[in-house]
Amino acid sequence: MNVEQVFREERGRLLATLVKRFGDLDLAEELTSDAIEAALRHWPVDGVPDRPGAWLLTTARRKAVDRLRRDRVHAARLAVLQVEVDRADPPVADGLPDERLELFFTCAHPALPEEDRGALTLRFLAGFTTPEVARAYLVPVTTMQQRIVRAKKKISQARIPFRVPDPHELPERLPGVLQAVYSIFTEGYAAQRADLAGEAIRLARILHGLLPAEREVTGLLALMLLVHARRDARHDLLEDQDRTLWDRDMVDEGTALVERALTGGYGPYGVQAAINALHDEAPDFENTDWPQIVALYDVLTKLAPSPVVALNRAAAVAMRDGAAAGLALLDELAGEPKLRDYHPFRAARADLLHRLGRDDEAVSAYREAIELAGTESERELLRLRLAALLR
Amino acid sequence: MKYMLMIYAAADQQVNCTVEDWMAYEKEMRDAGVLVSGHSLADLVTATTVQVGPDGKRTVTDGPFAETREVLGGYDVIDVPDLDAALEWAAKCPGSRDGGAVVVRPIAEFDF
Repeated sequence: MNVEQVFREERGRLLATLVKRFGDLDLAEELTSDAIEAALRHWPVDGVPDRPGAWLLTTARRKAVDRLRRDRVHAARLAVLQVEVDRADPPVADGLPDERLELFFTCAHPALPEEDRGALTLRFLAGFTTPEVARAYLVPVTTMQQRIVRAKKKISQARIPFRVPDPHELPERLPGVLQAVYSIFTEGYAAQRADLAGEAIRLARILHGLLPAEREVTGLLALMLLVHARRDARHDLLEDQDRTLWDRDMVDEGTALVERALTGGYGPYGVQAAINALHDEAPDFENTDWPQIVALYDVLTKLAPSPVVALNRAAAVAMRDGAAAGLALLDELAGEPKLRDYHPFRAARADLLHRLGRDDEAVSAYREAIELAGTESERELLRLRLAALLR
Repeated sequence: MKYMLMIYAAADQQVNCTVEDWMAYEKEMRDAGVLVSGHSLADLVTATTVQVGPDGKRTVTDGPFAETREVLGGYDVIDVPDLDAALEWAAKCPGSRDGGAVVVRPIAEFDF
């Protein structure tokens, strides 16, 4: 591992440990930076230590004592520090505490604005800088800076705790954490940033390591792996993709996780993962297990109904029962306000109209879809389909 | 850490909770040792607003300062370790049901 990778791996963990110790995000961030700065000075000369995480933690603790001695504002915390330093760390696998789970729950706390939770998770657990987070969410750096400062102020002044919720609170709190991680993935996916989607997967792996028995954590990791496996082919629509470009190792890993996520129960992420596993395992679009996919969408409709789920279900029904059956379902959804400006809805409709030979209607539906599409690559795909139809 | 739980009722609210519910809630807070103080407020029509201008002139007007759909009906100040604990008490408050809402605000602490 090179030094960059070490920092990436250790930063979130060190920060979480220091936050837990001092209950102060700002101080923990400063100490983390101090420790990494020291490592950048020492490691090139002395070599990377055997246990870099332990080295960083020891250095950060020493910096904490220095800083607290200098800084009267933080002087009161020195007493706390002494108690904590004297207290033996809980025994864990590699001898280092891992308090990242607490930090995950803090970043995704329901008292924080929903749109900030993914950003905070990237900042504090993935070790992104504020400009990197801003770039991930396509907002100006100053905007992201203000959002992070405001969130940190709320965490500290309203005293949002650093704690893992009790088991009875988990059903209420865990979905927020999963949503924060998934939002990073969908941002990366929409912006075609494989690195960001990969970062979301890395965060889900950490979470899965910390909560191995939570089926929806397993389901989320599986879902992201099974979607990300198709990244190199996704410049085409699923039905046109070159399936030899799919990442088979990632499919295998995702498929194995789906089985675990759906053993003894199921949640929405696990069911979505299962749908994607069926796509990934199919030899081609035609010979996909559409009856099974429709059945899974029926389950998903019960668990987490939404217009988008209904749209995807209709598309699967069109493959199972024919275009007319799918179009009938789409027409039932035409009044949904959430789908009115959603270009995949128009595109799906255009596709089915074309398959039924109603090309004039298909052309205008494609034009509506092109109008509504958010990115140039989406527009390009739709234009190609429209051009093929007009040929 | 002290928090104020501000109990708001929607103007058109159908209230299903009883006096006994409120008494039980207050007793639970007292028994847990978290209640610092708390009062319910008299009907909104009894409210009067006072403002003093730069010239020292006092303006007294009938009613609350800002007309809102939500009416502050009472408050409790509680002393608990963190926001999660405060949110637990807010969720137990009868005023959080039937379309009502409890706004949780930390009491500002100043270091002098």
